[in-house]
Amino acid sequence: MRETSAMAEAVVLRRERARRARLLWRRLTKDRLSLAAGGAIVAIMLAALAAPWLAPYDPDATSASDALQRVSLRHWMGTDVYGRDLLSRVIHAARVDLLVALTATAVALTWGAFLGAVAGYRGGWMDQLVMRLVDTIMAFPAFILTMGITATLGNSTLNVVVAIAITHVPIYARLLRGEMLKAREMEYAEAARTVGNRPARIVFFHLLPNCVPPLIVQATLAMGFAILTVAALSFIGLGIQPPQSEWGYMTAEGAGYIVSGEWWLFLFPGVAIMVTVLAFNLIGDALRDVLDPRMRGVR
Amino acid sequence: MTPLLEIRDLAVHFAADEGRVEAVDGISLTVRRGEILGLVGESGSGKSVTALAVLRLIRPPGRIVRGSIRFDGRELLDLSEEAMRHVRGSQIAMIFQSPRTALNPVLPVGRQIARLFELHRGCSGHEAWQRTLEILRLVGIPEPERRASQYAHQLSGGMCQRVMIAMAVATEPRLLLADEPTTGLDVSIAAQILDLLRELGRRTGASMVLITHDLGVVAGVCDRVAVMHAGQLVECSDVHGLFKHPAHPYTRALVRSIPRVDREVTMEPIPGAVPSVLEPPPGCRYADRCPWVIDRCREVKPELLPLEHDHEVACHAVEPSNVVPARS
Repeated sequence: MRETSAMAEAVVLRRERARRARLLWRRLTKDRLSLAAGGAIVAIMLAALAAPWLAPYDPDATSASDALQRVSLRHWMGTDVYGRDLLSRVIHAARVDLLVALTATAVALTWGAFLGAVAGYRGGWMDQLVMRLVDTIMAFPAFILTMGITATLGNSTLNVVVAIAITHVPIYARLLRGEMLKAREMEYAEAARTVGNRPARIVFFHLLPNCVPPLIVQATLAMGFAILTVAALSFIGLGIQPPQSEWGYMTAEGAGYIVSGEWWLFLFPGVAIMVTVLAFNLIGDALRDVLDPRMRGVR
Repeated sequence: MTPLLEIRDLAVHFAADEGRVEAVDGISLTVRRGEILGLVGESGSGKSVTALAVLRLIRPPGRIVRGSIRFDGRELLDLSEEAMRHVRGSQIAMIFQSPRTALNPVLPVGRQIARLFELHRGCSGHEAWQRTLEILRLVGIPEPERRASQYAHQLSGGMCQRVMIAMAVATEPRLLLADEPTTGLDVSIAAQILDLLRELGRRTGASMVLITHDLGVVAGVCDRVAVMHAGQLVECSDVHGLFKHPAHPYTRALVRSIPRVDREVTMEPIPGAVPSVLEPPPGCRYADRCPWVIDRCREVKPELLPLEHDHEVACHAVEPSNVVPARS
């Protein structure tokens, strides 16, 4: 008798879990636009992962006889001045752009969240120190600072990651500090203190998980911005170096051919940047509506 | 035998922009072994602050400015933070007013209890979990295996409070500080929770400080009562003495303000509000609401003096002869 009721209970639990998953899915997909954005991100990521198998040609293989081919069935996006297939290069570029943006976001998120959490929970001089540091970074226009850092450190891929991470740390530090100021006054924080937990344990084990939803939203939005920054840095020659295919640099290269009529050279990498950044922004907004309902409707 | 908890002249002040808030102003209080002491007073009278001060968890801008808190003969205010962390949870535990917000929403409730066994008893993960299920069964939670892995929002209010109590008694503390443990619960559940607390106290021999503003709860559960008003302790007595012969005018007013249906007694609300404790004037803080006020009340703070056996009161106007039954 007991066992049958336990089994029935398990079934109910499983159904309940499935129902909640469906609900979250429905809220995310109700909006056609965010569904399309989500689809675009998944497609771009898959393309980046499968680039060597997906790209029809070697992205770096030059061929003098194929130089500046128009869009055709052989070259869906045409070829550049060295005869490299543009489609293959756009697909391969996705790997670099996404990887750099993702790494920079992950580094900035980790450090920003750590600093913000400690500053918010501890308060006092620690808070002052972290927040003045953050203010210092934010006193510079973000893009100028990124340019400055890559120009000083030398423009390797790693330094691009470092530069973007530094300029993005304030976003997460300020967010987490605010969340932590709220969380530390909650009764469950008080309860965690009354049973003798160490402060570090309270911050990272008890309180931090409660601050995750706004962090996810912020990271998604910042991801789009990071991609844009990688492309912009490369566009002005301070980012990813040729011959590595990268959207920003390809756009810059193509820009020189607009007047001579080779429009495909700047258009396709440019569209790739636009679609990717737009998709991340849209999905970030959609996640915010679901995870952080206080901000609903605020754009 | 020394009392379990002995508070002497404890003062807790908060620094506000407008000045100093004297939330607790020189209270002295003892909790004996095995007894349940009711700490009564209006909202903002300093009950909860006193409890947090005992755990040394007053956070800035608050500060314990003077006094002594001796627990089992040891001065808590002199302990290192490390030693104090060990006292919290394993020797003194706290139960909160709203169980749902006092449980972490992102951790399964069983995990929060098991953590205590790991922290204070050095249990392994598996052993801690087994003991968690045991303690959940003890506080009357059906199907502990299932409930332990659920989150606070999946449990009812009464169930949450049982989990809180399980958490508080898990490591068999010697002193339980229960801050309005039944406020958010409906009457029948509240009665069950109070019975459970009393039963657990009896079983483990722990003392309890029950913070409440409900004199009905005090009458039903407590052995002794301490009455607080605006950060000062005005009266301390065994429970019968307090209800039979309330001495302090504030206590008398409190007792008279209990609604009664069994007798033709009109309920008398206490005039005025709790006075501000922002840089208060010297003297008795009840003076502005007090029908017996004399000049001395506004100049000198009355000391807590013994009136009869196990009954102390802090009032200039009270002489033993003044003590008359509140209701005749």
